[in-house]
Amino acid sequence: MAKAELNPSDEQQVMKGTSAVAKGVMAADPDVISAYPITPQTGVVEKLSELVADGELDSEFIKVDSEFNAASTCIGASAAGARAFSATSSQGLKLMSEPLFTAAGMRLPIVMAVANRSLSAPLSIWADHTDAFAERDGGMLQFHAEDVQEAIDHVLMGFRVAEQVNLPVLSNFDGFILTHVQEPADIPSEEEVNEFLPPRDPEFTLDPSDPKTMGAYARPEHWTEARYEIQAAMMESKDVWAKTVEEFKEVFGRDYTEYNGMIDTYHGDADYRLVALGSMCGTIRGVIDQYREQGVDVGLVRPRVHRPFPTEEIRAALGDAEAVGVLTKEMSPGYESALAGEIKGTLYHAENQPPIKSFVIGMAGRDITAAEIGAMIEETMEASHPMTFDEQESWPQLREELLQTGGDN
Amino acid sequence: MSQSEDPYEDLTITTGAVVEPNTSRVNKTGSWRQFKPVVDPDACIACGQCDTYCPDQAAKPVEGKDLYGFDLDYCKGCGICDEVCPTDAIEMIREEK
Repeated sequence: MAKAELNPSDEQQVMKGTSAVAKGVMAADPDVISAYPITPQTGVVEKLSELVADGELDSEFIKVDSEFNAASTCIGASAAGARAFSATSSQGLKLMSEPLFTAAGMRLPIVMAVANRSLSAPLSIWADHTDAFAERDGGMLQFHAEDVQEAIDHVLMGFRVAEQVNLPVLSNFDGFILTHVQEPADIPSEEEVNEFLPPRDPEFTLDPSDPKTMGAYARPEHWTEARYEIQAAMMESKDVWAKTVEEFKEVFGRDYTEYNGMIDTYHGDADYRLVALGSMCGTIRGVIDQYREQGVDVGLVRPRVHRPFPTEEIRAALGDAEAVGVLTKEMSPGYESALAGEIKGTLYHAENQPPIKSFVIGMAGRDITAAEIGAMIEETMEASHPMTFDEQESWPQLREELLQTGGDN
Repeated sequence: MSQSEDPYEDLTITTGAVVEPNTSRVNKTGSWRQFKPVVDPDACIACGQCDTYCPDQAAKPVEGKDLYGFDLDYCKGCGICDEVCPTDAIEMIREEK
């Protein structure tokens, strides 16, 4: 992240990522929190349950019997006018998927923290972005945090944006790498948040004295329009996000305003540019420093917001690169990494289309080493137009010996 | 509460498909049924088990009689009522066009 200028009136605290995010949620003062445990998210709702039990947070803390009902509880609460929060990961996000599409269609500004984790099978509890990307098309805003501070701040900014455009938010932060790290973070105070985040003021709420149906059955002559309205709200949210990061900077002193808050760059005007999401960007920055010392002009472009997709910003940040390497912890079987595909689609409209190489790495928590990132930088530098489809994608960490033997002899 | 003839006249899509109640008056969901429940009035003891279990609230007490009947505008013919009826008063018969 762009190194923030700390507000001297704030106190930095060292705490686990999940606890820090819970404290950020507390500052947003949600009326309703629904909770179902799943690794590696559990610490978020565990901490919130403590804060409620200790009387530090005045919220309805609702223990439910599945993630489906955690999301459904948020929908009911949000429809009744409450500010609602929950957190999840992986299979839990999948179980929430159906009600979350409903939340988007009902235009409910629920904020969910998603501790990103791979999806079964094979069973894995470790971090990648498969879970978030599988929810890409539902109508939820999606942010990806690089560090714990951003994970906290994205929740706060998430409520601010969500409640203006009436769409739910998935605030992603990498499982274990960010949930279980101990990191100093600036925990926002209630006074600061009161200045930044006004109470929710919904246009419609469920009210027994004025009965209505929300998310009604829509006949074919209405449904397209409902979906169009989600798209329009997504597009509007770009401007709202740009204003939100400005206001956030004024109140909290942390500066997320580069490229309207949509993307973050590190030597963003370099000849060769890597693109990546989330926590792996810390390692990437270190490797970029090493290569730059050797005279290699390489930089990083990190989308902070994935939905709405930062199309104009991506064009501005990547359109004039010599070559682009997209490093992703997700891929869409039968095609390629979804992020790489989206970046290619966005740059289709750019005057100068750089060759784009995509690398599938770090799946299900596999370590990404500095040497591997270096190799990907070098491969990106070799990329040139025209590339065949096969040349565009590589899996640098693939252990081919496991494919031949099944891994047991 | 005011009720328009067509509840969809006031559909507010922008804020989440908000509409007055009673859309089910125009969205009748029983049109694709294969079997329909038929009640034997002599066997029915009006216990209301069919009403309790009906997922579409299609089972209703028959006005003025000690008897339950079915609103076929909403009955989907699932047969749960037949399964739970303690006096075997309900028979599912094939729907004829």
